[in-house]
Amino acid sequence: MMPTLSEIKKSFLVSLWFMFLTFPIMVIRVNTTEKLVLWRWENMAYMGIGSFLLSFVWRYMLWRKETGKKDSESGTLQLPSFFERILSDRRYIVPATAAGIALVAIFPFVMDTYQTNIMITALMYIVLGLGLNIVVGLAGLLDLGYVAFYAVGAYTYGLLNHHFGLGFWTVLPIGAVMGAFFGILLGFPVLRLRGDYLAIVTLGFGEIIRLILENWNEFSFGPSGIAQIARPSLFGIQLSLSSSIIYLYFVMIGMVLFTIFVVNRLQNSRIGRAWIALREDEVACQAMGIDKTRTKLTAFALGATWAGMVGVIFAAKTTFINPASFTFLESAMILAIVVLGGMGSIVGVSIAALILILLPEYLRAFSEFRMLIFGAIMVIMMVFRPQGIVANVRRSYKFQPDKHS
Amino acid sequence: MLRVNGVSTYYGNIQALKNISMEVSEGEIITLIGANGAGKTTTLMSISGLVPPRQGEIIFKDRPIHGMSPEKIVALGISQVPEGRRIFPYLTVAENLDMGTFLRNDKDNIRKDLAYIWDLFPILSKRRHQAGGTLSGGEQQMLAISRALMARPKLLLLDEPSLGLAPLIVRQIFEIIMKINIENNTTIFLVEQNANLALKVAHRGYVMENGAITMADSAPNLLSNEAVKKAYLGL
Repeated sequence: MMPTLSEIKKSFLVSLWFMFLTFPIMVIRVNTTEKLVLWRWENMAYMGIGSFLLSFVWRYMLWRKETGKKDSESGTLQLPSFFERILSDRRYIVPATAAGIALVAIFPFVMDTYQTNIMITALMYIVLGLGLNIVVGLAGLLDLGYVAFYAVGAYTYGLLNHHFGLGFWTVLPIGAVMGAFFGILLGFPVLRLRGDYLAIVTLGFGEIIRLILENWNEFSFGPSGIAQIARPSLFGIQLSLSSSIIYLYFVMIGMVLFTIFVVNRLQNSRIGRAWIALREDEVACQAMGIDKTRTKLTAFALGATWAGMVGVIFAAKTTFINPASFTFLESAMILAIVVLGGMGSIVGVSIAALILILLPEYLRAFSEFRMLIFGAIMVIMMVFRPQGIVANVRRSYKFQPDKHS
Repeated sequence: MLRVNGVSTYYGNIQALKNISMEVSEGEIITLIGANGAGKTTTLMSISGLVPPRQGEIIFKDRPIHGMSPEKIVALGISQVPEGRRIFPYLTVAENLDMGTFLRNDKDNIRKDLAYIWDLFPILSKRRHQAGGTLSGGEQQMLAISRALMARPKLLLLDEPSLGLAPLIVRQIFEIIMKINIENNTTIFLVEQNANLALKVAHRGYVMENGAITMADSAPNLLSNEAVKKAYLGL
């Protein structure tokens, strides 16, 4: 059992410190009209008890985590996480997939337009997360400017539609190609960079794209953006607003499935192995005969392709784009999805995208505290499960009896 | 098999190799000994293309390879075991070995080679599903050598395989190096600080000082050479 007395003492000190810190805002209230000072001492007591309990629970969880680790080192098996257990059990997989497909299929018909819209956004972030996952999770290149490619895709559609009236389906592949092109454009100058330096350059690249869009009025219409972008059409038929949202929802579902299929294939392919080698050790990777330049560039290009395509879908969904949609916050959000979901894990990234996009929407009821809760969840996740919701499956091979000897 | 001709290599403005020449024949174990910072690792890096030389030529099997990219050089049959092992820490032993076969497509032969590796290092076969980073130093060195062997090299470049290992493990690894040389007829270029041991396994040796080659002779001659004894063998 954990040494309780000293833990209680520590938690007690924490609660004292919190009472002191929150004293000015929680206890004193100045009534300026009647020139009175209200001393709300009871708030201090709540604060004290609350922080004491939280701190104690926090310590207890940390202690459980540490001892859990010790157990697994000494040979006792650590229980796999809830998701991993579900994923590995065949008995659950079939009904679960059936239920999942049914749910996905009827979702836009039972839910209202608002819900469907949120779900489309969440699906878009799944694809964005999976795309960034190629760059960050597989190739290990920290990219903080991913939103730039998203913007490139969105503006490709916006501009081509505005000037030439090109349709959604024509521009979708063009957006992908543009994304890949800009990915390579970013890739070249950062070939020699790693880690922090790479992060800074990519961050700068993201800002450059946004600033160009904001300031080059003749080209991109500046901060006022591009309005009245056409929604996707179904074989040339223009749909009504509500049915076009449903249509977009299914387009997005198809897109997610396509992405998962391709990323999964990539992961197990030759180039996927090269990415993993590059992530682990650059010198060794070269000594194995892996072309570093090409591997890095394909990672950037293939990652950016998805952002370009989702950008096109984004423009078609909102029918209006301006540079304010492509701030650093978006990049950070997508990166959070990848890290929270578990680097390199497709299922994890998908779950994390759903949680991170849907949660703030449904937390609107607690509007003031919504970002606070969101932040707290992120911190707790990183402390207690740094490998993400679903750890990458590559790392948990099962033992198989020897076939060769 | 390999001819290095008047090679000079620079790190920026600093000249690390000054006009060095050497030759390696097929089936030989060649060792390059010298003090810290003499340019031994740079010589290997120049051959493997990781640090391309600025002057001179490197001929491998009658083909100039200086200025080629590292992956092309690996494809020609030169594999390097980098200094400090540099295995992939989060990949399992089997996956690490798999990376060594990156440029190969002949599945049957890969399987045969894998069996050969398990035979050569039984301990690795026991650890095959363990992450590379959790192996001991000696096991990591074995893994690094095995990984390079999985590329079926004609010339194996070994950079300080004894680095940071216990004497017993070092002896074991050197025995394996000799075994690889005899059984597969793999030519081995060995860079070592442990001059005594290196000269005992090698056929010929080069001595390097301040980026230049100062002596070249057969290994037994170097072992008995007074200057070498004094400077590198501590006798």
